Amino acid sequence: MEQTTIGQANITSILFFLGFVVITLGITYWAAKRTRSTSEFYAAGRSITGFQNGLALSGDYMSAASFLGIAGLVSTRGYDGLIYSVGWLVGWPILTFLIAEPLRNLGKYTFADVLAYRLSHRPIRTAAATGSLVTVLFYLVAQMVGAGTLIKLMFGFSYELAIVLVGALMIAYVLFGGMLATTWVQIIKAVLLLGGATILVALTLAKFGFSYGALFEAAATKYGDKILQPGGLITNPLDAISLGIALMFGCAGLPHILMRFYTVPDAKEARKSVFYATGFIGYFYILTVTIGFGAAVLVGSDVIMSIDKGGNMAAPLLAEALGGNLFLGFLAAVAFATILAVVAGLTLAGASALSHDLYVGVIRKGVANEKEEVRVARMATVGLGVAAIVLGLLFKGQNVAFMVGLAFAVAASANFPALAMSIYWKGLSTKGAVASIYTGLFLAVGLIIISPTIWVDILKNPVALFPLKNPGIFSMGAAIIVAIVVSFLTKDPGAEEKFAEEKLRSYLGIGAE
Amino acid sequence: MRTDLNVARMLEDPEFKKLTRQKNRVSLILTIIEMIIFFGFITLLAFYKPFLGTKISGAITIGIPIAIGAIILSWILTGVYVFWANTKYDAMVRSVRDRIGG
Repeated sequence: MEQTTIGQANITSILFFLGFVVITLGITYWAAKRTRSTSEFYAAGRSITGFQNGLALSGDYMSAASFLGIAGLVSTRGYDGLIYSVGWLVGWPILTFLIAEPLRNLGKYTFADVLAYRLSHRPIRTAAATGSLVTVLFYLVAQMVGAGTLIKLMFGFSYELAIVLVGALMIAYVLFGGMLATTWVQIIKAVLLLGGATILVALTLAKFGFSYGALFEAAATKYGDKILQPGGLITNPLDAISLGIALMFGCAGLPHILMRFYTVPDAKEARKSVFYATGFIGYFYILTVTIGFGAAVLVGSDVIMSIDKGGNMAAPLLAEALGGNLFLGFLAAVAFATILAVVAGLTLAGASALSHDLYVGVIRKGVANEKEEVRVARMATVGLGVAAIVLGLLFKGQNVAFMVGLAFAVAASANFPALAMSIYWKGLSTKGAVASIYTGLFLAVGLIIISPTIWVDILKNPVALFPLKNPGIFSMGAAIIVAIVVSFLTKDPGAEEKFAEEKLRSYLGIGAE
Repeated sequence: MRTDLNVARMLEDPEFKKLTRQKNRVSLILTIIEMIIFFGFITLLAFYKPFLGTKISGAITIGIPIAIGAIILSWILTGVYVFWANTKYDAMVRSVRDRIGG
């Protein structure tokens, strides 16, 4: 292969990127005029269709890390990378079957609304907002640090410039355009990413006579049969199951995903949107796996790893090899757009936990007019955006890859059990739900600190105090047990009485907003 | 606002009871199937690695269609749910709402 131009500011990538920025800022300007009320700021006025929301949901979920990361993992470790992509998808059916429709019927803007439907507002909103914010912050730091590193690798900008640029644009989208702008940024990004990956796969398969068989043969010829066989990724079965639990149930506890269901008019559209989203995401993972194998054969894992040890540049290198500078520029701009869209969605979810749950729900005890709430939501957006920039700068050079896994563990342990039990179990009391959220939160974070992931790999201690890399099975298990035990000890007759009404609304949509 | 009496009457409605029962059953069965698919896959990875490495055609191993199949099957399951809900469930909801009001 010839010399790569990755890492130099490339004129096509900058032009593509500027085009994206101009279009999205134009959309933000258009959306700003339609974003005044709370329902417009948090939920795009419930004007998004199921199909559009399916694209936006997949946009929220398909991060640059999954695009570049999974392709990289497949290109350097073969089959093991494919295992990851299966794990990232399986949460979506669970979200469809158990959560999407009741969530839409019972809530208004955040998943805390569902919990507060029959539990005491102040304690439950405080707990749920804490769970949301911790999830969002871990996810956000991982995205920001990843953004700085990837943009530096691809465009050659300094890390700091990349972080400030991402932060400033993301604040602009959310602050002025609210959920409407964020949704359309997400939709455009999803279309670009799916389209770009499809073209890259078509170019790859064209080299193999459009035969997957020929692609796999070539991979096995070059690297031996082991590239198509499971390798060393799963060694400890309990650890694998624990990670699997976090991935499977964490998806249905991610605040920025859950919030999207309020942008559609009703439960039927909510249900359709998860079906579209699951299809887009599954298709996307199959594409990235193909790109990974293509890169392994056509670029070579030694070349890929010489540029970035983690393999993150596999997809851009393949794009350059097959489509030249122009296509590389396009794909680099798409990766940049992807990062922007994901952080915008996260910031909006965090801001709504701060304004809707904590400020209005807890501090103002539920009484605040729309204007005031939107103003606070906008202040929270700026605050979180600045925090994301500062955290991104502080964590420069740190290994933060574990933070996405941690965000999923917190979502699965703190957010999901309380949410699901409030929908399906009459006996859940306020104290039970609150205790469950804090138990899940502290165990997920605490156990990961003393696990090999942080205790050994980052803090350099010789032996971990907790043996598993992912705490999911224990932290989520404990959260469920605590919810049941505490609910039996602290009966909540008020909450049990309201369950009847909740059931009618949850199943029939009577009175849903 | 509906009265408590009304809510109680609606909850006792046999058709409403049937609807919640069916919805919970469908959700639960599909959730269990999805868990079997995924944790089954993990079990294969943990304990039956050589099986997943078995070649089926040329260099292609059986692990590849199994993994891709898990992705596609997950999507099909959401499709099954959405199809059921769009046809059966929505019809039951309409019928209950028309009859008992709301």
